[in-house]
Amino acid sequence: MTERAMIDVSLNNERTQVAPKRLLSDALNDWGYGGQKVAIAINGEFVPRSRYAEQELTQGDKIDIVKPIGGG
Amino acid sequence: MNTEIQHDPLVLYGEAFESRFLLGTALYSSPDIMRDAIERSRCDIVTLGLRRQNPANRDGDTFWRHIEASGCRLLPNTAGCKSVKEAVTLAEMSREMFDTPWVKLEVIGDDYNLQPDPFGLVEAAAGLIKKGFKVLPYCTDDLILGQRLLDVGCEVLMPWGSPIGTGQGLLNRYNLRTLRERLPTVPLIVDAGLGAPSQAAEAMEMGFDGILLNTAVAKASEPPLMAEAFADAIDAGRKAYKAGLMQTRQTASPSTPTLGQPFWHTTS
Repeated sequence: MTERAMIDVSLNNERTQVAPKRLLSDALNDWGYGGQKVAIAINGEFVPRSRYAEQELTQGDKIDIVKPIGGG
Repeated sequence: MNTEIQHDPLVLYGEAFESRFLLGTALYSSPDIMRDAIERSRCDIVTLGLRRQNPANRDGDTFWRHIEASGCRLLPNTAGCKSVKEAVTLAEMSREMFDTPWVKLEVIGDDYNLQPDPFGLVEAAAGLIKKGFKVLPYCTDDLILGQRLLDVGCEVLMPWGSPIGTGQGLLNRYNLRTLRERLPTVPLIVDAGLGAPSQAAEAMEMGFDGILLNTAVAKASEPPLMAEAFADAIDAGRKAYKAGLMQTRQTASPSTPTLGQPFWHTTS
C-alpha cells in the first residue's frame, strides 16, 4: 500500500500541500487558524463557517483566509 | 421660539445615529491612538476591512478588542476590490465576520486616483441588495450614478470630496451641490478626500448629512485632537446649515445702522 500523494493548494497566495479531501476545518487547525476570527473564500467563492466541516479541499484550490484590519 | 437643534439624528436605513461623523480605523500609529481618536471623535460608526494575515500574527487582536469596546456600529468596506465578483465575495465574508448586513461598497476603477468604477458599483450594489445587504456605496459626485444607485435600492450615497487620502477637500462643488439639490431627501455622506475640519464644515454647510474620513485624522500629529476638531467642525457645519446661511452679495452693506450716525451734518 502506497501513501496517498498530497495535493497542492494556494493559501493566501502561497503554495502549500494538504492530504487529498482534507476537510477545511481540519486544515484550518493545521495552518494555525484554529479558534481565530476568520472569514474564508475558496476559488473566489465565499465559504460560510457552517460549511467548514464538510468542505473538502481539492487540487489547485485557491484559499483566501482573512481577518479584521483597520480600514477607511 | 426655540431654534436649538434638540434632536437631529442621522438616519441611515431606518436607524438613527447621534453623530454625523463616520471614522476610519486604518493608518493609526498604534491601536491605542486609534481608540483615543474614536473616543474623541464622538462617532457612532467606524469603518474597517478584511485582509489576509498570517495566523501567527496576533497584532490585530488589540485592534479588534478596541473596536468591540468602542460600541460603534461596524461598517466593513470592500476596499481594494476591482471587480463586482471580488466586492460581492468580500462583502459576504464581512457580513459573516462582523455579523452585519451593512457594507461600505467600493469597486475601484482606477489605481491612480482610486476612482470608483460606476458601472461595477451599480451592478455590485444591485446584487448585494438582493442578498439582503444594506449598501452604502462609495461613489463619485455624478448625479446620474447616484440616481442609478438609488434605483437599485441604495438608501444612502457616499460621494467623494476628492480622491482617497489626498486631503484636497471638495474638488467639484458644482457636482456636489447638484447632488444635494436634486436628491434632497437622500442621506448624502461625503466620503474621502477631506484634509481639514474647515472642509468638513463646508460640506455640512452645503447640506450634506455626514462625513466619513480616515487619513486626515490618522495622519495628524495628534489624531485624537484632530478627531475632536473634525467632530466640532461637523457639528458647527450642521448647525449652520440648519440655521440657514445668508445670501452672498456683491456690494457692501453696513451692519451698524446708519440712522443716527454722528458727525454727519448737512452744511447747506
